[in-house]
Amino acid sequence: MSSDSNYYVPEQSPYPVVTALAMGLLALGGGLAVQGKGMLILTLGLVLLAVVFYLWFGTVIKENMAGMTSPQLKRSYVWGMSWFIFSEVMFFAAFFGALFYIRVYAMPWLGGEGDKSDMISLIWPGFQPEWPLMVNPDQVVGGEKFVGPEKNMSFPGWGGVLGWLPLWNTIVLLTSSVTVHWAHHAIKHNDRSKFNLWLGVTVALGAIFLVLQYLEYHHAYADMGLTLESGIYGTTFFMLTGFHGFHVTMGTLMLFIQWIRGLKGHFSADDQFGFEACSWYWHFVDVVWLGLFIFVYVLG
Amino acid sequence: MAHGPAKGIGRWLYATNHKDIGTMYLWFSFAMFILGGAFAMIIRAELFAPGMQLIKPEFFNQMTTMHGLIMVFGAIMPAFVGLANWLIPMQIGAPDMALPRMNNLSFWILPFGFSLLAATLFMEGGAPNFGWTFYAPLSTTYAPPTVNFFIFGVHIIGASSIMGSINIIATVLNLRAPGMTLMKMPLFVWTWLITAFLLVAVMPVLAGAVTMMLMDINFGTSFFDAAGGGDPVLFQHVFWFFGHPEVYIIILPAFGVISAIIPTFSRKPLFGYSSMVYATSAIAFLSFIVWAHHMYTVGMPLAGELYFMYATMLIAVPTGVKVFNWIATMFGGAISYETPMLFSIAFVILFTIGGFTGLMLAMAPADIQYHDSYFVVAHFHYVMVAGAVFSMSAAVYYWLPKWTGKMYSEAMGKTHFWLAFIGFNVTFFPQHFLGLAGMPRRYADYALQFTEWNMVSTVGAFIYGAAQILFLYNVIRTIVAGTPAPEEKTWEGAEGLEWTLPSPPPFHSFSTPPEVK
Repeated sequence: MSSDSNYYVPEQSPYPVVTALAMGLLALGGGLAVQGKGMLILTLGLVLLAVVFYLWFGTVIKENMAGMTSPQLKRSYVWGMSWFIFSEVMFFAAFFGALFYIRVYAMPWLGGEGDKSDMISLIWPGFQPEWPLMVNPDQVVGGEKFVGPEKNMSFPGWGGVLGWLPLWNTIVLLTSSVTVHWAHHAIKHNDRSKFNLWLGVTVALGAIFLVLQYLEYHHAYADMGLTLESGIYGTTFFMLTGFHGFHVTMGTLMLFIQWIRGLKGHFSADDQFGFEACSWYWHFVDVVWLGLFIFVYVLG
Repeated sequence: MAHGPAKGIGRWLYATNHKDIGTMYLWFSFAMFILGGAFAMIIRAELFAPGMQLIKPEFFNQMTTMHGLIMVFGAIMPAFVGLANWLIPMQIGAPDMALPRMNNLSFWILPFGFSLLAATLFMEGGAPNFGWTFYAPLSTTYAPPTVNFFIFGVHIIGASSIMGSINIIATVLNLRAPGMTLMKMPLFVWTWLITAFLLVAVMPVLAGAVTMMLMDINFGTSFFDAAGGGDPVLFQHVFWFFGHPEVYIIILPAFGVISAIIPTFSRKPLFGYSSMVYATSAIAFLSFIVWAHHMYTVGMPLAGELYFMYATMLIAVPTGVKVFNWIATMFGGAISYETPMLFSIAFVILFTIGGFTGLMLAMAPADIQYHDSYFVVAHFHYVMVAGAVFSMSAAVYYWLPKWTGKMYSEAMGKTHFWLAFIGFNVTFFPQHFLGLAGMPRRYADYALQFTEWNMVSTVGAFIYGAAQILFLYNVIRTIVAGTPAPEEKTWEGAEGLEWTLPSPPPFHSFSTPPEVK
């Protein structure tokens, strides 16, 4: 409920319409790029987006430092970030939903369960459903479009647990969630040096996670025959972990920017929403990873 | 704070004002309505007689696809966002939207997104031709190369919707005037709050669906390809998990509009306000758990069909509450029949017809007969056109005097209404018969026995189309040369904070929050 009598309506700004232009270029450029028609427009869109975000956020920060932001506007930011994160949750829900549907329904049906079994066994005779799916329906009938993986990413058993990258990734990311919380706690008590320290550690942990993820992907492509093209297991594995990795990249970048802002002394005990919003995002990314760890790796 | 609008084109390009942005949304959506309408006219002209007369079947498929996409995402949704921009700050006693710059971004994405979508018509391979529901593998394995532009276009249009919705939620939850508790909000604000929640929840799922398509088409994944262990039916599940809430996203703000107009012209307060709020919430909740009623014929297990059938039928209960409340509001009222009221009464009648055909389609055993026939086309046009578009027409006539300070021509408004009402019913009522007689949808040609009703339908479509030109003329004439509207209350029965402002309202609606008792 609003109780402020002096509302704040920002001045006109060129940044939104330029952001829209950048997004238009991204859409056009993306469509061209996937057809192999060059990366020029896509790159142009990305650069423009980066520049305009730098200017736009810079303006918002300047306005805030000049004391133009009302408590009411800050509450709007809180609502805005919360609902944005909710929309991200729903995006991941679509991919988790796809995974569950495939594993719970599509796999058994492809294997001939249910009342369509006569027809299915005519199309894919001899297909054995399993998860992780190592032999695709296509291969069973002599096709070569989707060649199943040689190995999968599932839990290797307690013997090999220490060499299992996903476990280390989980430890790294969970630790980073704790360190970002400590940074939050520090700034709430106006302890800037501790804030800078713990936020720096968080960013470093984020970077370590990404390096480990890169190593895992390299291992998958080079040694395991596990690629995007190796059927539904590779599809769901790379799309879920890939989108998560993309979000970790964004989150690390966001926290890195907040770290620089922290070094510049932008934050105080009662004004640190830029950092706070990024930390929420980071916790969200962490929770998604837990879901991945359980449903893609451990129960994979 | 007291400053007025900026001069020149910068006022629109760099806008942060909710009324300016609302105006841009409304004009943009009307332009899309005309474009999508033109596609509909091409479809109806081709279907006037059996055999191919005007266009090629490939182009016909592009027209049905583009008509659906443009009308849903380009005309109806932005129209209601425009209405929300204009009305929500005025109805809750705020100066503007909560996040005005993001508001402008949400709007300006749309011209870029829809230019890209429309440009596919002139590209190699033609525009998307797989229907607005873009089922895989039609939209993946067998799609034209322009599908990639469609996918990225949907991504940015979706981002626009999500930002617009977040803005509306933040505005409603954070900028209400003192004393404006949630249960005192006008129903239009309530319905938009719930709609915004639905949008934030399902637009990302749509983004997920088109991303899966993108990966299947270009990067060798097998989400929708059984050869790789995927399932084309998975596409339908993901799509309709978005798609069913989407149809309520389209109709809920219309409920809000009708709930504002009927009390005004009945000169009675809305009957059962709180039950309206709960019914809207119930409809929103149910919309998430009924999606597979669009998929009865794909071969779901029997238990699934039964569950989705009963869950879908439940929606009739809160929807019935709404219809009865509108009728009870009119009952015993001193009703007058100005143009907004005519559209609203037509809405109640025709939307109810659409609701009843929806109940018929909800029955799994019956739906196997109706599925993918013109009966379905008739059903959803009764809720989309006579529902959403009629309520938009009603809203424009109702609030235009407030927005512009000028009065529209009542005679022209009523002519528009009768042409639209007759044109609409002549177009779509016969399509029920066509569907029940077995005419499938999305075909450029049909069997001879369907000729008469198709001719009737085409005549109706052109009447309805012509009515919209009259509508456009009436609106422009009002803005340019309308007679001044009464200073405050245009309608004697109108309630709500927006009617306490002068007409036209000041650039920043409420610079100090009004007290709501």
